Amino acid sequence: MLQYYMNTTEPMSTRITPPAIVADNLTKVYGAEKTTAVNAVSFMVERGELFGLIGPDGAGKTSIFRMLTTLLLPDGGNALVDGHDIVKDYQQIRHTVGYMPGKFSLYPDLTIAENLNFFATVFNTTIEENYHLIKDIYVQLERFKDRRAGKLSGGMKQKLALCCALIHKPTVLFLDEPTTGVDPVSRKEFWEMLKRLKEQNITILVSTPYMDEATLCDRIALMQQGSILAIDTPDAIIKSYPDILYAIRAEKMPALLKVLGTSNTVATSYAFGEYAHATFKEHIHQEQDIVSMLQYAGMDNIEVKRIQPTIEDCFIKLLHA
Amino acid sequence: MRAIKFLLQKEFRQIFRNRSILAMILVMPVMQLIILPLAANYEVKNINLSVVDHDHSSYSQKMITKIISSGYFRLTGYNRSYGEAFHLIESDEADVILEIPDGFERNLIREDEQKLLVAVNAINGVKANLGGAYLASIIRDYNQEIRIDFLQNNRFNVIPTIDVTSSNWFNPNLNYQVYMVPGILAVLVTMIGGFLTALNIVKEKEAGTIEQINVTPIRKHHFILGKLIPFWVLGNIVFTIGLLVAWLIYGIIPVGSLALLYGFVSIYLLAVLGLGLLVSTFCETQQQAMFIMFFFMMIFILLGGLFTAIDSMPEWAQVVTRFNPVSYLITVMRMVILKGSTFQDVAPHLGIIALFAIGLNGWAIVNYKKAS
Repeated sequence: MLQYYMNTTEPMSTRITPPAIVADNLTKVYGAEKTTAVNAVSFMVERGELFGLIGPDGAGKTSIFRMLTTLLLPDGGNALVDGHDIVKDYQQIRHTVGYMPGKFSLYPDLTIAENLNFFATVFNTTIEENYHLIKDIYVQLERFKDRRAGKLSGGMKQKLALCCALIHKPTVLFLDEPTTGVDPVSRKEFWEMLKRLKEQNITILVSTPYMDEATLCDRIALMQQGSILAIDTPDAIIKSYPDILYAIRAEKMPALLKVLGTSNTVATSYAFGEYAHATFKEHIHQEQDIVSMLQYAGMDNIEVKRIQPTIEDCFIKLLHA
Repeated sequence: MRAIKFLLQKEFRQIFRNRSILAMILVMPVMQLIILPLAANYEVKNINLSVVDHDHSSYSQKMITKIISSGYFRLTGYNRSYGEAFHLIESDEADVILEIPDGFERNLIREDEQKLLVAVNAINGVKANLGGAYLASIIRDYNQEIRIDFLQNNRFNVIPTIDVTSSNWFNPNLNYQVYMVPGILAVLVTMIGGFLTALNIVKEKEAGTIEQINVTPIRKHHFILGKLIPFWVLGNIVFTIGLLVAWLIYGIIPVGSLALLYGFVSIYLLAVLGLGLLVSTFCETQQQAMFIMFFFMMIFILLGGLFTAIDSMPEWAQVVTRFNPVSYLITVMRMVILKGSTFQDVAPHLGIIALFAIGLNGWAIVNYKKAS
């Protein structure tokens, strides 16, 4: 029996439907060198939730996706998708989930309509039956429906892939880095589509290396090197940031970063866009103290402001914790 | 069954959309069957002959005329010394030197015996071998004629001679085209069945579409059948085109039963499809698959008895040919098309090919399962 059921206060019988995804100490080790890609990862995704796996490349996100979609056997631990065991009941899982891999994997020599129709028939359904699910996305593609998938632009390919993953009305949708390599406008559009899908009560597990997308999820898991650093709602993760964070700017940024890096009053500092983000060891610091400290170090045009940490700040904090 | 139906639909749609594959399937058999049998001819003609005649007699003249008029030789040099003629061999202008000694005619009449020197350039083995043999046989013939001239006064032949007359069965004129066409057809069927299947499956791996398919209710055996059936059909189509070309261009009509031919090819295709499938389980990219299939094809063709007879190969190579499915198809094609062999005659070959089909497909499926 999985950890989740044992810890829950509800008796199992009262649960009408199992959670969408339960991962319990999921582990994956690759190759002869025994590289641990996923290290005893446990998390749970409720039905209808938009759950994000956030982490840089190599954090193990894709390996988790491939295990949950039954493409890869775990080397340790277990997981349930829709209440089905990913190893024993892989056939059932393949009937109910939708998977959109990070790399475009539809048939480039078939047209949009043919690809969509193929994946509909594979799942024993028709485009008409679930048209309402893909309608918003498909209307943008419909003009090109006789164009071959290989000849589409990046954003169009991604929309088509999403349509194909949705056409059988999956209960759980797995989206592996759907916005990587997509322009900012299309990324925004894509997340709006996900929000609308959530309203259809489809559970979505999405991975992304972009920290700014984390706040668009209901809950997120921050990942690094195969382990989960924190799981919570984006707000809660931001609230749990223990320090006071300052954004600092000066005329000569490289020099400023150097000063912050060597000063013994600074706890952490790093470049963040056009600012440097820093926390200080003692909380007595006011903006003015920081300014005078930096002026003393020879900085000009100093701007210091206290800011709300972002998910990225939390991630960096967790990395150094 | 429903799953297989739309997989086939998709597969055929993709094949018919791919112009180069379609061209390969339709044009390749026609082109290869028209060009290769004409070019792949074992008969050696235009052997360049250089003669060094020290005798200049009517006998030596007669012999040279006879050699040239055989049609196999082309007189490219008429030299005064062997050394001069050898220069022609060195510069590749002559393949064979015939040296006629001084006093050839005189000694032949007086002593009933004379020796000639034949020197052959053995860089091109086949040409050298056959050229030497042709020359020897013409001279032997010539010798015979002279003897008859000498002995014409005798009423009976004093020396008993055995004259061997041979007749060639199943290919009376020793026409190489008749021999080559079924063999080339066998190779074509193998190419379509093995090469295309391996490349096609690996292409799905490369594009990642196989993963997308794996996360659907399509079962592995559906997927495999969906891949094998189209190429099985294509193999049969190519075979049919090949038979038509053989009939229209070379007038080759199978002596044996067509049903037997198709039956054998059908099972044979299962074996090569299995090979293609097996290779695809080992490869991640089309490039790898291409090289591995090419490696096998080279061995299959060279050790398949298409160009060189298996019986004249060294012992170890003959053992290798027993594991070469192409050699069985080439043999059976020639047996049925040229000789009219019946089911009983080809049953052992059929049995072995069936074993190949079971073995290769079984191995491929086990390997395919393991990979995931």
